[in-house]
Amino acid sequence: MAYPTQYRYTKEHEWIDVKGDIATIGITDYAQHELGDVVFVELPAVGAAVTSGKVFGSIESVKAVSEIFAPANGSVTEANSELHNKPETVNTDPHGAAWLIKLKLANPADVNSLMDAKAYEAFIEEKQKETSA
Amino acid sequence: MELNSPPESSSRFTIPHIFDASYLACYHFFLPEIKMESAISPANSSPRKTPLNGVHRRLGAKMVNFGGWDMPVEYPATGGLVAEHKAVRASVGLFDVSHMGDIRIHSNNHSGAALAAVQHISMNDAARLAIGQAHYSAMLYPNGTFVDDVIVHRLADDDYLLVINAGTREKDINWVRDNTKSFDCRVEELSDAYTQFAIQGPKAIDVLRRLTDAPLDTVKNYWFIHGTVCGLKNTLIARTGYTGEDGFEIYVPSDIPTSERVWNEVVEAGKEFGLIPCGLGARNTLRLEAKMALYEHEISDKLNVWEANLDRYCRMEKSDFIGRAALEKARAAGLTRTLVGLEMTERGIARDGYRCLNDSGEPIGIITSGSPSPTLCKNIALAYVPPAYAALGTPVFVELRSQKCKAQVVATPFYKRSKKAIAS
Repeated sequence: MAYPTQYRYTKEHEWIDVKGDIATIGITDYAQHELGDVVFVELPAVGAAVTSGKVFGSIESVKAVSEIFAPANGSVTEANSELHNKPETVNTDPHGAAWLIKLKLANPADVNSLMDAKAYEAFIEEKQKETSA
Repeated sequence: MELNSPPESSSRFTIPHIFDASYLACYHFFLPEIKMESAISPANSSPRKTPLNGVHRRLGAKMVNFGGWDMPVEYPATGGLVAEHKAVRASVGLFDVSHMGDIRIHSNNHSGAALAAVQHISMNDAARLAIGQAHYSAMLYPNGTFVDDVIVHRLADDDYLLVINAGTREKDINWVRDNTKSFDCRVEELSDAYTQFAIQGPKAIDVLRRLTDAPLDTVKNYWFIHGTVCGLKNTLIARTGYTGEDGFEIYVPSDIPTSERVWNEVVEAGKEFGLIPCGLGARNTLRLEAKMALYEHEISDKLNVWEANLDRYCRMEKSDFIGRAALEKARAAGLTRTLVGLEMTERGIARDGYRCLNDSGEPIGIITSGSPSPTLCKNIALAYVPPAYAALGTPVFVELRSQKCKAQVVATPFYKRSKKAIAS
């Protein structure tokens, strides 16, 4: 699956798509692949404040729980309630329909320090080398 | 109680954790503190590989260190955990279980010394086994807790094969050697001599029939025969498994070319039945649905036979065995905790190591294994709780990170295959 070039990426395998001061956040295709079958998504309520580097939700696959860490500071304007009933969307369309939350960013410039698609692809290639070594 | 230390509330969403020990705390069969692991696989040594390691990697399996072994968790390219689980329930799946250990105990002279040795170290009654029959049992410490659970096979008159767990191999072989010294029998470790395949599911017999002319229909559940499989003479074919489904386990020579050839032939023969390779992830969810114990989870060196509800495999009336006296006392003293099945009635998944609470929020027990059940589409778990909370329908709460999530005690096994499949 291609990594959209307009997104930015974190080392924790989240993507963030910024339009003005609103950011949409999800997890990457690599992340969903590593998690396996997603069965449960827990997201914050609208209005909740999230802090860069702090937990804002969790995703569970059959075999594991993973917490999701905020890539930027802001307040939640929307949470993707579709994922309550269809958590498997995280596996099938991680970069699109399975967005997790929308944030009103405290400081849109925060995102500039994150990886672009090319850097992220290089990053996961390294990861894959490590794990297959 | 100190079963497993509770895992970190959960793991940071960094992918490498899926392959790290820290992550494994969440993953019930990747034991957070396998005490004997240090003896098997020091932190600085690389994990051991089964003869099928190359096959798994070529198939793109997700690999993980399990009890010191580099093993496939799931094969995303051919289905992934849930598809693998469902294949075993509906048709058939193929597992590499070569990490399991094998110990043969036999005498040269039909003296009965091997039987006496097995009787001494195993809680079930091996005198009841016919040649060609196997049973579930456990080896106990003198205090009545578990060294390991085992499948005991009676190969010949005074000749037994114990199949043991991967993570406890070295501990088990030492235990068997140390405790059978006074018997005039031989103890041989054959773990590395065999590649062990588990072909599991209602169609397992159809797949295996393509590869052998051995009379599989005559082999009852927990019996075995020797026959030619994939041209390999005298192959042990046992109607056993760890999935709660019908199926067979076969033991073939462990050289890589033979092992890979057999794997490929099983896959080829299984195509028309929908056979897919299955990893330890599905093996775990399958055995959990069937309420089969996993060492360091439902059984350990801190839990006894009565607590683990394994009474029916423990023959107190047979001759003395290690642990018997302590079990006698424990029975008289009564239980303080017991293993129960839970079903989550609120949204949430109980995981290994999470605490159980009563309705006033006091800790009463611990989850030993928990997962979504792909067959039942419910979130299920096994837990140790005081007997007062063990009645069916009793509400229990599970501490899920910061929340209290409602569950109730349900009948186990969570899944039981139909009688028809058992009789086939």
